[in-house]
Amino acid sequence: MADTRYIRAINKALADAMDADASVVLMGEDIADAGGSFKATRGLLDRFGPARVRDTPISEGAIVGAAVGAALGGLKPVVEIMFMDFVTLAMDALVNQAAKSRFMFGGQASVPMVVRLPHGGGLNAGPQHSQCLEAWFAHIPGLKVLCPATVEDAYSLLRAAIDDPDPVVFVENKALYAMAGDLPEEPARASIGKARIARQGSDVTLVTYGATLFNCLKAADALASDGISAEVVDLRSLQPWDKETVLGSVARTHRAVVAHEAVRSFGVGAEIAAVIGEEGFDDLDAPVGRVGAPFMPVPFARSLESRFIPDAAAIQAAVVASLA
Amino acid sequence: MNSRTAKKAIGGNSRLLDLHRTMLLIRATETALSKLFADGEIPGFIHLSLGQEAVAAGVCSALGPADTLATTHRGHGHVIARGIDLGGFFKELMGREGGQCKGRSGSMHVADMGLGILGANGIVGASVPLALGSALAHQTRATGGIAVAFFGDGAMAEGALHEALNMAALWSLPMIFVCENNGWSEFSPTARQFRGKLANIAGAFGIRHIHVDGNDAEATADAAREAADHARATGPVVLECMTTRFHGHFEGDPQKYRDSEEMAAMAAGDPVARSRARLIELGMAAADLDAIVSETEARVAAAVEASRADALPDFDATLADVYTPMGAH
Repeated sequence: MADTRYIRAINKALADAMDADASVVLMGEDIADAGGSFKATRGLLDRFGPARVRDTPISEGAIVGAAVGAALGGLKPVVEIMFMDFVTLAMDALVNQAAKSRFMFGGQASVPMVVRLPHGGGLNAGPQHSQCLEAWFAHIPGLKVLCPATVEDAYSLLRAAIDDPDPVVFVENKALYAMAGDLPEEPARASIGKARIARQGSDVTLVTYGATLFNCLKAADALASDGISAEVVDLRSLQPWDKETVLGSVARTHRAVVAHEAVRSFGVGAEIAAVIGEEGFDDLDAPVGRVGAPFMPVPFARSLESRFIPDAAAIQAAVVASLA
Repeated sequence: MNSRTAKKAIGGNSRLLDLHRTMLLIRATETALSKLFADGEIPGFIHLSLGQEAVAAGVCSALGPADTLATTHRGHGHVIARGIDLGGFFKELMGREGGQCKGRSGSMHVADMGLGILGANGIVGASVPLALGSALAHQTRATGGIAVAFFGDGAMAEGALHEALNMAALWSLPMIFVCENNGWSEFSPTARQFRGKLANIAGAFGIRHIHVDGNDAEATADAAREAADHARATGPVVLECMTTRFHGHFEGDPQKYRDSEEMAAMAAGDPVARSRARLIELGMAAADLDAIVSETEARVAAAVEASRADALPDFDATLADVYTPMGAH
């Protein structure tokens, strides 16, 4: 289906997963009657009933904690946290319970659950409704972290996340929800941990994920007109991440810039840059560049926020710097 | 009581005798752990449930095979009463390969999924949402089971409890909230930590509250049966068991914050001594009860010996097991 919106791909993935497996249940605030704040669950209550599409009170800690207990009890809960910022209230459940239960119980049981977390700015939603906190979760052994950029990946990776036996943090950029793209009738099954080369190039590797993919592609277009050929790697999965594809690309281009919307300091890009430095050092002709938001909370005013989110020009500038 | 009813009461599979046996096993286990810890054979922290044995024995006596429980950092009694393999339990606490959780959980996270034990927990109050979710799974999958959340009075101040009470009530979940109220929130008297009363909190959500002397094994078992019936038929229920923590918050805690009067009074409420006295009153011979103690202690000693002889866990295998292995699912 051409022109499928990203949010519709999420909705279809949820519906198809629920059709395929009766143990899949949805939990979250206003997801049933209201269809979700961003309408990801629209129509699912009518289709699957209140026992499988469950409106919860505004109790993020207990929702995610209950999802862990439910997952240990034979269900596959998919939790929607309305904004990624609100997951701060569920950190014990995710970090101490979901991530560790299988490991600390000696592998007696897995915790098949997904927590969907809408992140990102661009909606002028301010400091507590716009953050990109994915690096926190990528730092926790036991969690998997996905962040699809395209419509097809939104569908395929969500299906993969729901099918996965371990807890998956599924990050969706709110600014992409209205984006239309192609969703094949039979989307390919995605495997977690595989990056995609979104654009081939020979002079520099841009490593990115989520909405920043599109700024990287835009930057690559602009660079092409200056005769610079940029390869763009869309990670899709942050934990685990596809080191092989990234290092393979850097081995061909000899330069790398990592770009994301999250704050640059201590971000996902820091890990990737460090690994490229450690394992790809001999391939590098320049230090690995990093592009990310500046070290401040996401500001509200349209004029402030638009400067806060790294744009194509910032990525372009980082590439030019690495070629200097 | 005449001798015929006494015989009937304790003869064969008398419930009190069963409860007493369970309590003796917990008592012997905790006593052995206290010594092992003092001798440096148990790494880390352990929190003993000496004095609280009747709650574990009584509550678990009301559970069936489909039921599940999540417990606390002071969870040894609950997992033993639920029937955890004693060898696997000791090996776990001693950090051995053959441990119930392969030496990764220790005392604070010991779990047995086969028995529906969703783990002890290192986070105060965290057992409650886990049990809530388990109850949700029971309801959604129509297993007929109920979930039990053990928590201490210290957890009454945690938001997780209040969130979970609300959700359990909203959804009429088959769940028992079991509060082991020993009067101590770690190192502080709960009276100084928490202004509310659990009965009132339960009442605020329209949840039935049952209050019981948690040092009386039979009374606790009766109350637990009532609570379990309510959970199965109607929905959530709070069972508050008043009990006594003999040792410190953690083993080795000198408890300078407790006065000598309270410490001296504890012996009078000893649940194990009480059930023993009751059994003797019912006509059971002290020598027979002593024999059970000896058998139980021998069982524990054998488990400790087997644990000492067991291998240490393999680091590389542990490292390779952070995620579910591919193909295992």
